[in-house]
Parts: sequence; structure tokens; C-alpha cells
Amino acid sequence: MFVHLQGPWNPVWGRLSLQAIPYQNPILLGTFTFAMIAALAIVGAVVYFRAGPYLWREWFTTVDHKKIGVMYCLLGLVMLFRGFADALMIRTQQAIAVGPHSPGYLGALHGYLTPFHIGQVYTAHGLIMVVFAATPLLVGIMNIVVPLQIGARDMAYPYLNALGFWLTAAAGALVMLSLFVGNFAHGGWYGFLPLFELPYSPGVGVDYWMWAFQLSAVGTTMGSINLIATIVKMRAPGMTWMRMPIFTWASLSTNLIALTSFPVLMVSLALIGLDRYFGTHFYTAGQGGNLMLYNDLFWVWGHPEVYFLILPAFGMMSEIIPTFSEKTLFGYATMVVASFAIGGVSWGVWLHHFFTMAAEPSVNSFYSVTTMLVGIPTGVKVFNWIFTMYRGRVRFELPMLWALLALFLLLVGGMTGMMNAFATSDYMWHNGVFVVAHFHMMVLLIAASIFGGVEYWFPKVFGFKLEQRWGKWFFWFMVLGTAWVFVPMFILGFAGMTRRLDYIPVTQWAPYLRVMLVGMAFYVMALGFFVAHLYVSLRDRVKNRVGADPWGTTRNLEWMTHSPVPAYNFAYIPHVHARDEWAWRKEHGMASLGNESFEDIHMPRNTGVPVLLGGLAFVLCFALVWRIWWLAAAGLGAVVLVIILRSFARDTDEVIPAKTVAGVEGGAQDALPAPARG
Amino acid sequence: MSASTNTRAQPGSTVLWEKGDAAGHDMLGTRTFGFWLYMLTDAMVYAALFAAFGVLAHNAGLTSKSMLASVFDAQAAYRDTIVLFTSVLAYGYAMVALKKGSRGGVAIGTAVAMILGLVFLAMVGSDLERLFSQGIVPQLNGFLSIVFTLIIYHALHIIVGALWMLVMLMQMGRDGFTSNVVYRLINLRIFWHFQAVIWVLLFVFVYLQGKII
Ligand code: HEM
Ligand SMILES: [Cu+2]
Repeated sequence: MFVHLQGPWNPVWGRLSLQAIPYQNPILLGTFTFAMIAALAIVGAVVYFRAGPYLWREWFTTVDHKKIGVMYCLLGLVMLFRGFADALMIRTQQAIAVGPHSPGYLGALHGYLTPFHIGQVYTAHGLIMVVFAATPLLVGIMNIVVPLQIGARDMAYPYLNALGFWLTAAAGALVMLSLFVGNFAHGGWYGFLPLFELPYSPGVGVDYWMWAFQLSAVGTTMGSINLIATIVKMRAPGMTWMRMPIFTWASLSTNLIALTSFPVLMVSLALIGLDRYFGTHFYTAGQGGNLMLYNDLFWVWGHPEVYFLILPAFGMMSEIIPTFSEKTLFGYATMVVASFAIGGVSWGVWLHHFFTMAAEPSVNSFYSVTTMLVGIPTGVKVFNWIFTMYRGRVRFELPMLWALLALFLLLVGGMTGMMNAFATSDYMWHNGVFVVAHFHMMVLLIAASIFGGVEYWFPKVFGFKLEQRWGKWFFWFMVLGTAWVFVPMFILGFAGMTRRLDYIPVTQWAPYLRVMLVGMAFYVMALGFFVAHLYVSLRDRVKNRVGADPWGTTRNLEWMTHSPVPAYNFAYIPHVHARDEWAWRKEHGMASLGNESFEDIHMPRNTGVPVLLGGLAFVLCFALVWRIWWLAAAGLGAVVLVIILRSFARDTDEVIPAKTVAGVEGGAQDALPAPARG
Repeated sequence: MSASTNTRAQPGSTVLWEKGDAAGHDMLGTRTFGFWLYMLTDAMVYAALFAAFGVLAHNAGLTSKSMLASVFDAQAAYRDTIVLFTSVLAYGYAMVALKKGSRGGVAIGTAVAMILGLVFLAMVGSDLERLFSQGIVPQLNGFLSIVFTLIIYHALHIIVGALWMLVMLMQMGRDGFTSNVVYRLINLRIFWHFQAVIWVLLFVFVYLQGKII
């Protein structure tokens, strides 16, 4: 039934053997040592402080949306670091391996990475940044903020939410494991067919790529079901659609995109799997296969995916800019319409990722036009933000700085996107570094909004503000790094440099490549400032304690409860009277947190099932990668069994007694919020 | 100007906080809504698979139709259709019984639906068996790959549905009509009807195509 493999295989270990461990490679050995030291330090700390039971009780088994959100963000940060390390390797390799006389180290002819190795590095970089860094960070922030903004105590499916997180984490772990056991795909993050077919990529790299991708897609889809149902069904009384905070709107539209597009990704990947495991002919070069089918299916997901990433970023900008301009958001209704217009149009543009692949001129023109259409709602948003700031009292605190950087990067990325949208000009630079620079502007915009959002909502979740001094150093060095890396990249794109090179034949490009390396040095320093930022903030956490409304000019429901938010979010569910309810209450002198007598609160009970399922999914995918059929069968059987057994559980809820609630509310230091400004 | 000026505020008489456990919400409604969202993702999976079917059939050109006509047995598929539809009907009766609160009625309807689902599986399975033994396998070409993938993916849903029915019979026996049991029965109805709808598409595109169309 299964395809015939080249190379060894045995029934017990599948394709796994000691040769799969790349101990001869000094870079991987170093990484392994580093990872082991970090892991030992963490495990040691957990054992030393006897934190194991606490972690299990409060975090691993939690169904609390805020804690799950925080774990998503931590996962995203770890993977962001990994992706950054990959980027460093690509940039240094390209700065060294220029021209025939460039030196070679560690077995590489030029530079220090062999073509196979750097192929894995850029594939991992792309996949990790899109799927395992940006996505978890955004999903994490939506997880934390959306229920608070709609005045809910919990989400629609807390259990599903935890499951989605643990599946995503398992997928991330799979990518990490590929560093030390086996290898990773080497043909680019979005896959190339038929290069990714078994005969041309006989190793396990593509399988790692495919299963990690697939698993994270399942996790994200579950998350989107939960978020949509939460927004539609769990809003506080009085919160009509047009009173919904704009970030919640953005979350709704972005999760509608995820809900409808991720299944297509699953199909496009599953068909590669069928080809590789069963020998079918979906994407093969002969026997009726069609490799364009892959490109279409993949980018039918791929383009909506980039808007899935950007809409929550827009949502965060729309929260931050009004708060720090001390004004209401300009053009609320047009913002909502624009979010959905972007979501809708994103479905009809995917072909712009392969204008050069032999479509008729009429087809190319159609997709050119639809792609340019995206600029209209995006433009509406840009003007709305600018008009929000116009005549506002703009305060340049950290969240606002990040939001402004995001706005600036959006302009650069959007304009260059428009340039890509002309099929005729795209013919000249497709698969070149101009395109790479374009989408990095976009993705860095998302990263900037994420940092802004984290600065903005951090006090809500943890009860203290992040300090500003090191944070500003971090910000400005990120700006410097971005300028020094990507301005030269745009220039090189015009000069004709193609992407994913392991060796650069044109020596005239060397200066630009070195300038980019300087940019990377700025980024490294930024990383240092980031660590200092976190360290100083944690050290001074008592000094930086805040009340319910740390920024003074916030507008929405999430600021109407204590910081840090209690497990049940709101002791009483708020009744909503206006858009920007909190601002409205402050304006009308009703800004109290309203705590007198308390009632019992029903909440879902913690459960270890999601983390167990995450672990089983990890085992299942690992077994599939290495074709250990008995283990795969056992893993699948265990997954099904656990799901069925869990469905028999009766005791899934618990009650927080009124006395406990009173204790928490009384103990909070912020019974009265800071007086309203503006 | 703030967006809120159109609402007049009367401090004192304005309700700011809801008393009572408002967190209860509409549990059944939320569960079914979420399940509809899940069905949408499954519909997207099928949409992508049928799109692939269109592309790969186009690749195979004329041979696809003659292959479908000569290889796939429309009459057998017609019998499958009858069985699956009867199963859906039986489950429909179970839902009528649920409205009346009759445990026995729901149990019988669900059991019949489950057995018919298994019969359907056996029939489809034996048909596949026959094709495979003649050397008509998914590995032959891209077109057959997608045809068999569609059939088997649908059959997997039927397996899941049958298993789900078994679980429901057990939970109903243990708990009666608790809200957990009721929402799952309702969601199962959505699931089961959807599989019948997909089967109609399969029947038309795979089994009838080449015969009449
Ligand atoms: C005004 C909006 C946008 C337009 C008109 C636009 C246009 C384009 C076009 C035409 C391409 C294909 C270029 C080529 O491969 O030759 C492209 C690539 C890309 N864009 Fe955009 N884009 C826009 C927004 C975005 C956003 C918001 C993101 C991400 C959040 C993004 C991320 C990407 C990525 C990742 C690629 C390349 C993927 C790859 O080849 O690896 N774009 N864009
Ligand atoms: Cu695109």
C-alpha cells in the first residue's frame, strides 16, 4: 500500500537511525548545546523552586483564555527568536559568499553554509516567522483581549481553545526537533512541486515541514472557530454590532478568513502527503499530475493568510492610536467596512503570486486589478488613522511609537505591493529580493503592531507597566535595523538579485550586502535592549503597579476591570450603552468598577486533556515523519480514544464562590480608577 | 465629539452592571453555531478537493469520462445512495423523537441510522475492493488519485458518524437528555445530513458523469 522507499527502513524504527542525528555538523552541535543548556536551566529552576505542580495546575491544564493567550505569546516569542537566528545565518552567509574568490569554511565552497543547509535555513525561517511566530502572537493577543472587550467571562469553547494552543505548540516542537533529528525541507517555505515529491526530496525534511504545517493549521482553525463563536454569541448585554470595539471587529474578520482558508491549506498539504506516502499522482510531473494545482491551492490559502496576519495588526493600531491621540477613532463604520472588504478581496487575488507561470494575459490582468483593489480599503484605514491623530493630543508613549512605525511601514509595503501588482513589472522582479523586501515591510509592520499591542495590554494582564527607557532603545534600534537591512534590499531587488541565493556571483553587490549585515548588527543590539527592557520591567514591577486604566485615556471594556484581570474577568457583567463604553462612562462620571455585594460565578474547570492530546499529536506526527507505522497507529488510536473518553466527562465546570470573589475584589488595589483625562 | 454623545446618560438610573449569572448564555445555541462553523471548514475541504477533481479531470481529458463510464458502477452507487438516504431519514425520525422527549424513539432511530451507515460502508468498501483487485488503483494516474481520495474521504466521515452514533447511544443510556447529550445529538444531525449532501455531489460527478452528462 505504501510507496517503496529508497534507503533503509525497518518495522520497529521506521527510517530512524543514529545517522539521523547530525552530530558532525558544528553549527547544529552548537545549537544543540545551547538548547540543552537552556532546557537544563529551565528544568533546574522548575525543580529548585518546586514549580512543577504550580505550572501543571495553573498553566498546562488551564482553560483560562488569558493564560492560554500568554502561552501563545511565549510560544511566539521563542519561535521569533529561532526565526531571527535563521535570518542572521542567511545574512552572514550572503555577506561572505560573494564572488569566486570568497572564502569557504566548514565544508562549504563559499561562506560557511552548504547549499543544502542554507536551503533548510531559509525554509525554516519563512515557515517559522509566518506560522509559528506571527500567528501565535496575534492569536494570543486576540485570545486575551477579545473576551475582555466584549465583556465576557470566558470564551465560547475554552477546552477547544486550549486544544488549539497545544496542537500549535506541538507543531512548533516538531520544527525544533527537526534541527537535531533528521533535517528540514530545503525548497522554500511555501513548497515547490514536483521538487517536494518523494523521488526528488527523498529525505524526511519535507515530511517534517508538511506535518508541522498541517498540525498548526488544525490548531489555528480550531482557534478561529472559538473566536468567531465567542464574538457572535458571548457579547455583554447592550453591545450591539455597531458598539463593538474595533479590535474585536478586526478579530472577527480575520478569523473568518482563517476559518475559510486554512482548510484549503490542509488539502494542499494533504495531497503532497498522499503523493509521498501512497504514491498517488496529484502533483507529479507525469501520469496526469498537475503541479499548478499545488500553486493554486496553496496560494488560495497563502494570500488570505497574509491578510489574516495583518487585520489584527490593523485592529491593534486602531486601539492604540485613539488612546494616545486622546480622541475617538475617526470613521468607525468605514473601518469596519474596510476590514471586511480587505477580507473579502483577499480571496480573489492569489494568482499574483505566480503571474509568470503561463496564465493568459486576460487572467493576469484580472488578478492585477483585484490586487490593486485591496489598496482602496487599506487607504481608507490609513486616512482614518491620520485623521484620528489630526488635532488630537498625541502622546508619544511606547505603544504609540510602535503604532506609528507600523503606519509608516504599511505605506512602504503597500506601495511596493502595488508595484508587484502590475503583472508586467512583476515579470521583472518576481522571485527576486524586491518581493522579499516588500513582504518584509508588511510582516515587520505586523511585528511592530504586536510590540505596540504587547506594550499596550501588558499592564492589563500582569498588573504593571513595562518600563519605557530600554523599551525606547529597543524601538529605535529596530527602526535602524529595518532601514539598514531593507533599503539595500530594495536596491538589490532593482539590480536583479534573486532570492534564496547560497552564493552571490555579482561582486558589485557586496557593499549592499555588507550594509545589510550592519543592519543585522543593529537588530542584534535591539534584541539585547529587549532583554534589558524585560529584565528592568520585571525588577521594578512593584514600583510600576497600575490600576484598572493605566493609560488614562483608554476607551473600551477591557479597562473596566482590575489589572491584573481576575480569573472571572468581571465580577459583574457590564451593561453596554455606547461605542467606547469606558470613555462614555468616564465622560459621564460613572467610572467606578461597581463592586458592592458579590455572587457565585460559574467557570469551566481546568483539564489536562488538551495538553495530553497535544503530546499525542506530536508523537503521531513524529511517527509519520519517520514512517514508524506501529507508533503512528498507536498514536492515532490514542487520540481517538482520548477524545471519546473526554466526551463522557460530566464534571467539567466549577463554581467560584461569592466569598472568593469578594476577597479578590477587595484585595485589588485599584478599586477606583485613575481620573479620566481628556 | 465622541461617538457616544447620541446616548443620553442619567447617572443613578443607568444600569451599569448586570446582576445574576449572565455567563450562562445560550449553551445549545453556542454549541450548534460553532458546529456550523466547523461544517463550513469541512465544506471548504470538499470544495478544494472538488476543485482538484475538476483540474485533474481536465488534465485527463476525454479519458476521464470514458474511465468513469467504464470503471465505476452507477447502479451499485445508486443502491449506496438509497441506503445512505434511508439512514439520514432514520436519524431524522430520531430528531422528531427528541422533540417529543422519547428516549426509546431516539435510541431506535439512531441505532437504525448507524447500522445503515455501516451497511453503506460495507457496500462502498466492497466496490473499492473490486476495483482494486482489477488493478484500478489511485496510483494509476492523477485523475484516479482524486476520485479515490474523494470517495475514501467521504467514507471516513461515515466511519466517524457511525462511531459518534455509538457514543451517543451510550451517553443517552447513561445520562438521558442532558444538555450535553442534546447538543451533540443536534450537531450529529447537521453532520449526517451534510454527508448525504456530499454524497449527492460524488454520485453526480463520479458515478453519473460519463453515463449521462
Ligand atoms: C496593498 C496590499 C498588497 C499588495 C498589493 C500586495 C501584492 C503582492 C504581490 C503582487 C506579490 C507577489 C510578488 C511576486 O512574487 O512576484 C506579493 C508577495 C507577497 N506579499 Fe504582498 N501585497 C500586499 C499586502 C501584503 C501583506 C499585507 C502581506 C503580509 C502580511 C504581504 C505579504 C506578502 C508575501 C509574504 C509575499 C511573498 C510570498 C513569497 O513569495 O514567499 N503582502 N504581494
Ligand atoms: Cu498575495
